[in-house]
Amino acid sequence: MSATTLADTARDTATLTGRILRHWKRRPVSILLGLLFPVLIVLMFGYLFGGAMAVPDGHYLDFLIPGMLAMSMLFGLEAMVVAVTTDTAKGVTERIRAMPVTTTAILAGRSAADLLNAVVGITILIGTGVAVGWTAHRGLPPAVAAVGLLAWLRFAFTWIGSYLGLLLKTPESAVAVQVLVWPVGFLSSAFVSPDTMPGWLGAIGTWNPLSATATAIRGLFGNPNWNAHDWATSHAIALALGWPAVLTAIFLPLAARQYRSLTS
Amino acid sequence: MAYEEVVVGDAAIRAIDVGKRYKNNSANRPANEPVDKPALDGFSLAVEAGTVCGLLGPNGAGKTTAVRILATLLRPDAGRAYVAGADVLTEPRTVRYRIGLVGQNASVDEILSGRQNLVMFGKLYHLPTAAARGRADELLERFDLTDAADRSVGEYSGGMCRRLDLAVSLILSPPVLFLDEPTHGLDPRGRVEVWNSIRALVGSGTTVLLTTQYLEEADELADQIALLDGGRVVASGTPDELKALVGPDRVETVTRKPTLDEVFLRLTGRPAKHGAPTPEVTR
Repeated sequence: MSATTLADTARDTATLTGRILRHWKRRPVSILLGLLFPVLIVLMFGYLFGGAMAVPDGHYLDFLIPGMLAMSMLFGLEAMVVAVTTDTAKGVTERIRAMPVTTTAILAGRSAADLLNAVVGITILIGTGVAVGWTAHRGLPPAVAAVGLLAWLRFAFTWIGSYLGLLLKTPESAVAVQVLVWPVGFLSSAFVSPDTMPGWLGAIGTWNPLSATATAIRGLFGNPNWNAHDWATSHAIALALGWPAVLTAIFLPLAARQYRSLTS
Repeated sequence: MAYEEVVVGDAAIRAIDVGKRYKNNSANRPANEPVDKPALDGFSLAVEAGTVCGLLGPNGAGKTTAVRILATLLRPDAGRAYVAGADVLTEPRTVRYRIGLVGQNASVDEILSGRQNLVMFGKLYHLPTAAARGRADELLERFDLTDAADRSVGEYSGGMCRRLDLAVSLILSPPVLFLDEPTHGLDPRGRVEVWNSIRALVGSGTTVLLTTQYLEEADELADQIALLDGGRVVASGTPDELKALVGPDRVETVTRKPTLDEVFLRLTGRPAKHGAPTPEVTR
């Protein structure tokens, strides 16, 4: 990439990120619903199911908030897939492809906007947590590190979202992602300990990238973890750093290839 | 009637023996274009600078495939193509600065306003922000969208959307403009609006390649017509030349020229369109 192309790419990324931010401003309700949905889940799980959940040391809400933070990173995926498929359906993708805009800028613009969305979502959810009595016990620096791990996970999910969006093409098929997000999310330590699941399911749950991040941030927030004894739990931070790196290494090239393959 | 006669030296758009076959599972294949045989097969075309060429053909003839290849959206399997002095295959980025494309859908952001669309696409064409804003104002004025400039495009009528789409395509005043069924799905009023906009462009030196199923549209707008059938150009010339090929209809009075429908039918042995509204009612 020449210096000019590089400068153009950086500016195009900013332009395309700005586009999504203008969408929020023009359609505040849909973005707010997306941001408030995890809050609703916290209230439902915390107060409707929470009474039946016995966490070894502490209150279920202490376990739930970090789990929900991780889960809400996954929720971002469906919004991304819907946005990418809508652009394809409306011909916006095609118009941009006929313009001197690089693949990098198109993918990075979406990811940057999605990360901003994630940061707002994390803030709202942490605010909700504080309101219902959740606390981060280890102070600010580990808490900031936890937010960093969440954003890192979301960063990886943005490439999956771009890839699936370009692959699926129609907004209708994005509904499949909307449905599949749930079993993938639940098959983790977000809401319950994988120890309570049947053996092989529990193993999948333990090794789910979502579990790694949930477990790691529980540690960083000083919140209780259920199963503190297996390898995946004791190396949660390494896994929470490693998994998103692996996912990015797989799905970023796939998304770029899928975008370029639109010309075949 | 050999096509080669039409190849000229000073073409703004030139395709030489372009071939394209979609893979069985290609999601890029336009709905009507074939899977089992090539969508384009030996497609050659030359459009002189500053003229309007109408690419005419039935569903599945390869019109959209041809435009998408020339607009750098699709890579051909064979042949070469040059647009506005640049090679479509090796210099796509250069080509993209020199073309405008209006597809079958209004490819604009429906959530943003008309002005926001124009400014955003202006920036993506790498105009400085102030220049992109100024250009947006000019184009809004020119396409009679100033009053609706700050409304969400979702609230625009079909004709307004298409005018905005055209305005976006003209941000850089490109020397070459591709219009792929620009009035597809518009009501008669929207069609007239878009026709007027296209007419205003002609004469300002823009080279236009227009695909359409509405033969009346080609008759109205095109200097030159290329008839596409089975993925290649089977005849080309001015509308009058093509009509002269067939000669006046024997059944009626000699004052009436054949319509392009009839030209197409005579040359390909098939009706040109299926289900498209037939405007010719004055028989």
